[in-house]
Amino acid sequence: MLQSADTEVVAGTAGAVAIAVEEPPEEVFEKKRIPLIAWIAIGWLVFIAAIAILAPVLPLKDPINGYDYANPQKGLFTPGHPLGTDDSGLDVLSKVVWGAQASLLIGVGSILFGVIIGGFFGLVAGYRGGKTDTALSAFFNIFLAFPQLVLALTLVSVLAPSESAGGGAPSWSRRVTVVIVSVGLVSVPILGRITRANALMWSRREFVMAARAQGASGKRVMFREVFPNVLPAMLSIALLGVAIVIVLEGALAIFGLSVPGDNPSWGNMINSQLSDLNAAPTVWLVPSVLIFLCVLALNYLGDVVRSRFDVRESVL
Amino acid sequence: MSVLRRRRDRGADRFADAPLDGPLLEIDNVQTHFKSDRGLVRAVDGVSFSLERGKTIGIVGESGCGKSVLSRSIMGLLPSNAVRHGSITFEGREIGKASSHLMKQYWGTQMSMVFQDPMTSLNPVMRIGQQIMESLRFHLDVSKDYAEETALALLRSVGIPEAERRLREYPHQLSGGMRQRVMIAIALACGPKMLFADEPTTALDVTVQAQILDLLQTQQRERFMAMVLVTHDLGVVAGRTDDIAVMYAGRIVEKAPTRVLFAQTRHPYTEALLKSIPKLAQASHTRLEAITGRPPDLVHPPTGCKFAPRCPYAQEKCVLEEPPLVEHGDAGHAFRCHFPVGTEAGADALARNLSAGETATGMPVRKEGEVLTTGIVV
Repeated sequence: MLQSADTEVVAGTAGAVAIAVEEPPEEVFEKKRIPLIAWIAIGWLVFIAAIAILAPVLPLKDPINGYDYANPQKGLFTPGHPLGTDDSGLDVLSKVVWGAQASLLIGVGSILFGVIIGGFFGLVAGYRGGKTDTALSAFFNIFLAFPQLVLALTLVSVLAPSESAGGGAPSWSRRVTVVIVSVGLVSVPILGRITRANALMWSRREFVMAARAQGASGKRVMFREVFPNVLPAMLSIALLGVAIVIVLEGALAIFGLSVPGDNPSWGNMINSQLSDLNAAPTVWLVPSVLIFLCVLALNYLGDVVRSRFDVRESVL
Repeated sequence: MSVLRRRRDRGADRFADAPLDGPLLEIDNVQTHFKSDRGLVRAVDGVSFSLERGKTIGIVGESGCGKSVLSRSIMGLLPSNAVRHGSITFEGREIGKASSHLMKQYWGTQMSMVFQDPMTSLNPVMRIGQQIMESLRFHLDVSKDYAEETALALLRSVGIPEAERRLREYPHQLSGGMRQRVMIAIALACGPKMLFADEPTTALDVTVQAQILDLLQTQQRERFMAMVLVTHDLGVVAGRTDDIAVMYAGRIVEKAPTRVLFAQTRHPYTEALLKSIPKLAQASHTRLEAITGRPPDLVHPPTGCKFAPRCPYAQEKCVLEEPPLVEHGDAGHAFRCHFPVGTEAGADALARNLSAGETATGMPVRKEGEVLTTGIVV
């Protein structure tokens, strides 16, 4: 294999000699090993997803009705409650595990929604420019003018009236879907603007003109040439967005507009203790740490993916 | 049905009945104006020429004289604030009014373009091979394996060593010269009949420039492809093109077969461009004759000859009346000047200006030995 490559270079005759003037690019394409940190990140995310899915079969106390009035507001390592209890003696470990279901679904789901919808319109606005851009940007800006919480509250209450508004209580899955769509809609203008700004920049690059000069259609240029270049910026905002959305969900929960009843979620837990942080610190600390670790893991993973696909621009 | 439509859209056989006689490209009075806040920018203002199959034309001029805009006007690759007038005929078909939707059938397969800066004209997140194969697969509807083989052959033909490895690399892993070779490979992939090279060597290292120009020339000859070579450097087009058109302020000021243009330079602007190139015969610290001033404002161009404000030959007549582009002799030599260089009228005009110490536009001129100095010397 090596032998044949060598002979070919030698046999390259005059052409190869002339080219030898150009500096040989450094060897950067060796197969890279996946760093340990990436394995840890993957492991962590898989673990969190696994406990969320396996919550019904894990030997946990009931997170909704498992009151333990004898042991309210306990700290870490209380016998029977390794992560302590809340005001009513509900087990924090159990709440956190069950809460992972709603939080992860809403966090990832609504950002995915925002990335797809906002990313698409942002890409179109940035690439097409002109009137399309003006119209879409105006739309984004109008939506951005509303405080996110107010907007999310409005959307959720429009899309799914709470129990008090009459009718049967909405199911957990229905509520989660509604929250995903509402919070997703709130994230659309944010992700849309980021995508637009980047698409605008990349669309003016010469390689876009070069692709057009080769006869590529607008759609093709947009998705094949511009989009992959915009993706890193979109992802870095989206990953942060996951954390913001998980907390925003908790704010909705305070108003009774998130997961129904006493169903736990991480944001719900954090927000429930905001009035007295000292009373039962594990109730808000544990989910906060979990959110932090999940976002950290996602970010590390994003970095590793980027460096593996090796899309650095050395001279741009 | 959908397959049929795709093929027709890609225009594979649309050009089969094109007439083989007559010029490949003929442009007549092409005007490209940009709408701006300051007014209409007349980037290209009435340019005509024709190009035979397999021939090359060099378009030469300073920055901002409209040469790049001209090549993009012909291709139809203009931004939305541009207005294009005049007639552009490609293989007997009028494409001057064609929409970009129609032009897509020409781009890549009929005409193609190599851009100035290979650093920015390749997509940084796509492998080299993919970028070449893309246009092959898109236009010619070939299988993946066939496209890959062709891409490999193309890379080899543009002189890239270890082509198999390069195919899987990203643009940032290549040097500037290599990238320009890749750009050329992409432009040639679908066998265009006409290639626009828009300052293909300006962004490159001097040592690589000649290689790239040679490569373009060989490919152009081997493929019997017409080429429009846009450059600001007369040295680049010397000996590489059949014809040269010198542009100034959006117009052609002199047009001739290459040999004729260099032997019998007539327009003062061409002369000035030639004098600004360093020559091997000169001593190493000979001062180059720079062209004083800047190209005119294309929103409010001067009346009369556009070059008059910077021209050492300028007379009253030049300011008042714009000379038309007239063909002189039978060698196809056309120029736009009242007092052409190398004629009695030109010599008289220069002598008059030298004795007055300034031209009709008020630009100081004097002669120190053999060197003509224009403008205010500090």
